[in-house]
Amino acid sequence: MLSVRLESPNDFAEWRDKARRLLAAGVAPANVVWRYGAEDNGLFEAGDDMLPTVAGAIGSVPRDFLTLAQTVIQHSDPERFARLYTMLWRLQQDSRILMNAADSANSLLTNMASAVRRDAHKMKAFVRFRTVPLAGEERYVAWLEPDHYVLEATAPFFARRFAGMNWAIVTPYASTFWDMENLSFGPGGSKKDVPAHDAVEDDWTTYYAAIFNPARLKVSMMKSEMPVKYWRNLPEAAQIAPLIRNARAMEAEMIARASTQPPARHLRQKAREISAVDELIQSIPDARAAIESCRRCPLYEHATQPVFGEGPPDAKVMVVGEQPGDQEDLAGRPFVGPAGQVFDEAIAEVGIDRKKLYVTNAVKHFKFVPRGKRRIHQKPDSGEISACRHWLDMERQLTRPRLIVALGASAAQSLLGKAVCVAKVRGEPIPLDDGAILVVTNHPSYLLRIPDAEGRAVERAKFLADLQLVERLMAQSEN
Amino acid sequence: MATLTLNRKLAVLADAAKYDASCASSGSEKRNSAGTKGIGSTEGSGICHSYAPDGRCISLLKLLLTNFCIYDCAYCINRSSSNVARARFSVEEVVQLTLDFYKRNYIEGLFLSSGIIRSPDYTMEQMVRVARTLREDHLFAGYIHLKVIPNAAPELLAEAGLWADRLSTNIELPTDSALENLAPEKRPAEIRTAMARLRGKLDEAKPEKKTRSKPQKFAPAGQSTQMIIGADKANDDAILTRAAGLYSGYRLKRVYYSAFSPIPDASSRLPLAPPPLMREHRLYQADWLIRFYGFDVPEIVAGGEGGNLDLAVDPKLAWALKERARFPVDVNFADREMLLRVPGLGVRSVDRIISSRRLTRLRLSDVARIAGSIDKVRPFITASDWSPGGQIDDVKLRQRLTPPPQQMSLF
Repeated sequence: MLSVRLESPNDFAEWRDKARRLLAAGVAPANVVWRYGAEDNGLFEAGDDMLPTVAGAIGSVPRDFLTLAQTVIQHSDPERFARLYTMLWRLQQDSRILMNAADSANSLLTNMASAVRRDAHKMKAFVRFRTVPLAGEERYVAWLEPDHYVLEATAPFFARRFAGMNWAIVTPYASTFWDMENLSFGPGGSKKDVPAHDAVEDDWTTYYAAIFNPARLKVSMMKSEMPVKYWRNLPEAAQIAPLIRNARAMEAEMIARASTQPPARHLRQKAREISAVDELIQSIPDARAAIESCRRCPLYEHATQPVFGEGPPDAKVMVVGEQPGDQEDLAGRPFVGPAGQVFDEAIAEVGIDRKKLYVTNAVKHFKFVPRGKRRIHQKPDSGEISACRHWLDMERQLTRPRLIVALGASAAQSLLGKAVCVAKVRGEPIPLDDGAILVVTNHPSYLLRIPDAEGRAVERAKFLADLQLVERLMAQSEN
Repeated sequence: MATLTLNRKLAVLADAAKYDASCASSGSEKRNSAGTKGIGSTEGSGICHSYAPDGRCISLLKLLLTNFCIYDCAYCINRSSSNVARARFSVEEVVQLTLDFYKRNYIEGLFLSSGIIRSPDYTMEQMVRVARTLREDHLFAGYIHLKVIPNAAPELLAEAGLWADRLSTNIELPTDSALENLAPEKRPAEIRTAMARLRGKLDEAKPEKKTRSKPQKFAPAGQSTQMIIGADKANDDAILTRAAGLYSGYRLKRVYYSAFSPIPDASSRLPLAPPPLMREHRLYQADWLIRFYGFDVPEIVAGGEGGNLDLAVDPKLAWALKERARFPVDVNFADREMLLRVPGLGVRSVDRIISSRRLTRLRLSDVARIAGSIDKVRPFITASDWSPGGQIDDVKLRQRLTPPPQQMSLF
C-alpha cells in the first residue's frame, strides 16, 4: 500500500503531479491511499518518496477530464483524490468513458462537479459585504461558510466584478483579499473577523420585505433555492419568519379592501382630458389616423400596426398590393420588404418614378402564422378583403387616381368586387365605375417564389410588359 | 407634502414594482470592471442573490422611479384612481441605491420601471438618465433593465438601448379588447410598434457576417414582455397564440406570465381571488415546450380541454397521454425530436442519451441514472431490458402519473 500526501485540499496542480508520477510507476488505484494535511499515515503504508519524477507526457487524457478534475478536486468528499485517480487509470484503457453518461463512476464524478459548481454559484450569490473604514476609504469584508473548497477558484470572479473596491472574503479554511491591483490568499478565519452590521442593511431589508408579494407565498420554493443553512449569514433572512406569518392576513386584507373613492388628483386630471370629437375624414392623414383603431376584421389583433398607403395625395396612379408582409408590418410602411424591392427594380427598368405613385394594399394588416422564430405570410380571405375595401375605397376617393394597378389576385378581387384569374385579365385596361382605368398583373412576390431561373425570367418579362403598358397609359394621361 | 425619507420611498416604490414578473439578469454581453476600475460585471448567466418567501428570486433592484401615474389601468396598483401611497425618487437617489446595494453584493443590477408622469417622453427621459449616469459617471458595468414607455420618442428608445442590457415593453393582456377595456389609455398597436422598433434596432446591432465593422451596441440581452394571466377571460389558447406571435414577430427573449394578483384598493371589474399560480406555472411549461422542444401551440393546447391546459399534469405529459399511439419510444434508436417528446426527459437528458448510446446499449437503470428519475419516463420508453407492455394503453395510466392532490402554499 502506498500513501500519497497532499499539502492542499484543492490544489489541482499538486494532485496532477502526484497522479502523473503514480501513473508512470504503474501503481494501480487499489494500491494507493490519498491523504491530505496533517492526517496520520496508516500502519503499513509506504510514503510516496520513491515515486519517479515525471517531465514529459504520460499517457493521454481527454480534455474533458481536466475540466472535470479541476472542479471535482474542490469537493469536500475525502475520497475525491482517489476517485479521480481511478478514473484517470481507467481512461488509459478506454478514453471514451466520459462520453458515457450511464457509467456509474462517471455519473458520480459529474454529480460531484455539479455540487461544486452549485456551491461556487451560491458563493457568488450569498456573499454579503460589510464596510469597515480603511485609511480614509472603505474596505468591504464578507464572511462565508461554503460546503466545498471553492474560495480560490471563485475569488477571481469577485476581482473582475468589484475591481474598483478594496475587499476581503473570509471562510473557515482560507481567506482572500483584493487591493484593486492584486488578489492574494491567506489563512481561514471566523465570523468575528467581519463586522456584525452595515449601514445599508436597513434599506436592503426594507427592499426585501417590500418586493415580496404575500398573495404568492411559496416557502418550499424559496427553501430549495436558498437553503436554510445559508440564512445565518444573510441579513435579510431575519425578515422571513414575520413575512410568512403575516402573509395570509395581508392577502385577505388586499382581497377584502374594496376600491375606495378615487383621489381628487385623479378627478382633476379626468376633467382636463378633452373628450375626443369624431371628425369627418377629409384627407389621407385623417384616414391614416382613423385606421389605427380599425376593428373591421380580426387581423388587427396580432399584426403590429395597420399599414396605410403612401405617396402624393394627388397621385394619378395608384398601385394596390395584397397586404403588408413581415417587414412592412414592423416598419408601418408599404412595399419595403423583398417584394417591394422587386417592384422598385421593375418600375425603374420601365422608367416609372416611384415618387409619382400612391402605393397601398388591399388589406392593411399583416396576416401570418407563427412558426418558431418566423412569421409565415397567409393569404387574406374574402371576408378580410371585403372588410378592408372600406379603407381602399376611401383612399381612392381621397386621391382620385386615373389609373390603378392591381398586383395579384387579392388586389384585383378587392377592386373588381369579385374573384378573378390574373392570367385571364392581365395586360388589358379595364374601365372602372368611377372612370379610372384598372390594369391587373401578378404580385412581385410571385416572382420571388419561382424556383428555376428560366421560369423566373419568363414571368419577369411578362411582369415588365404589364408595367410598360402602365407606363404608356401614364404618359397618355399626362398629355 | 411632507418629505419622505429614502427608506420610506424605497418601501413604497419597491412595493409598487413587485407585480412585474421579470427578474432575469442573464444573456447579456460579457464585460467586467477589471480594466475600468469601476464596479460591475456580467458573465452570461445571471445570479439570484436572494429569494423572497413568494419563491421568486431577487436578482435585480426592482424599482419604480415613481408610482404617480396619469394612466388609469384597472389591473395596476398605481393607476391614477388608486389611493395607494405615492412617492418619487430623484435620478440621483436611484443611482446611489443601486451602487450601495451592488457594492455589498445584494444585487446583479437595476430593473427600472415607472408610472407615467407629465408625458411618455418626459418619463422615458428620466429613466434613460438613471442608466446613463450609472454607466458614464460611475463606470457601472452591472446589469440594467429598463421598462419602455410604449409611445415615447424613438430617439429615447435608441438611447435606452445604448445603456441598458435589456428593454421590455409589457403587452399586459392577451387580447386587444381586454386591454382596451381595462387600460383605456394604452393603445395595443403602440405597444406592438414599440416592440417592432426595438426589434429593428436589435437587428441593426447584429454584426453582418462578412463585415468587420462593429455595429453600435443595442440592448445586448434583447427584449422581453409580460402578460397578466387571469385578469380577463382569455383562455390558454389565446395566451399562447399571442406569445407565439410575439416571439416570431419581435424576437423576444422571454414572455413572462404573471398570475393576476389581488391588489389593495382594486377595481371592482377584476377578479378578487388568489392568483392562479398553477395556471401560470403550466403556461411557463408550455412556453418552454414551444421554444425548446419543437411543439407548436395547437399541439400543446390539444393536451388540455376547451382551449385550456390541464392543471393536474404538465403539458408534455398531458399531450403524451392523448397521443399514446406514438409511444413507446426506443431510447436506443429513436431520433432526437421524438426523444424530446418523452415525458420526463429534458434537453440535457436527451443529449446524454444520444451520446451514451454510441458506446453502450442503454438499459432502464441507465436511463434512470441519466434522467434523474424514471417514474414518469418508464411507461413511454423501451430500453434493452425494458418494455412497458400494455402500460401505455392502461386506462389507469393517467391516474398513476398524476401527483396526489395537495393544497398549495400552506404555511
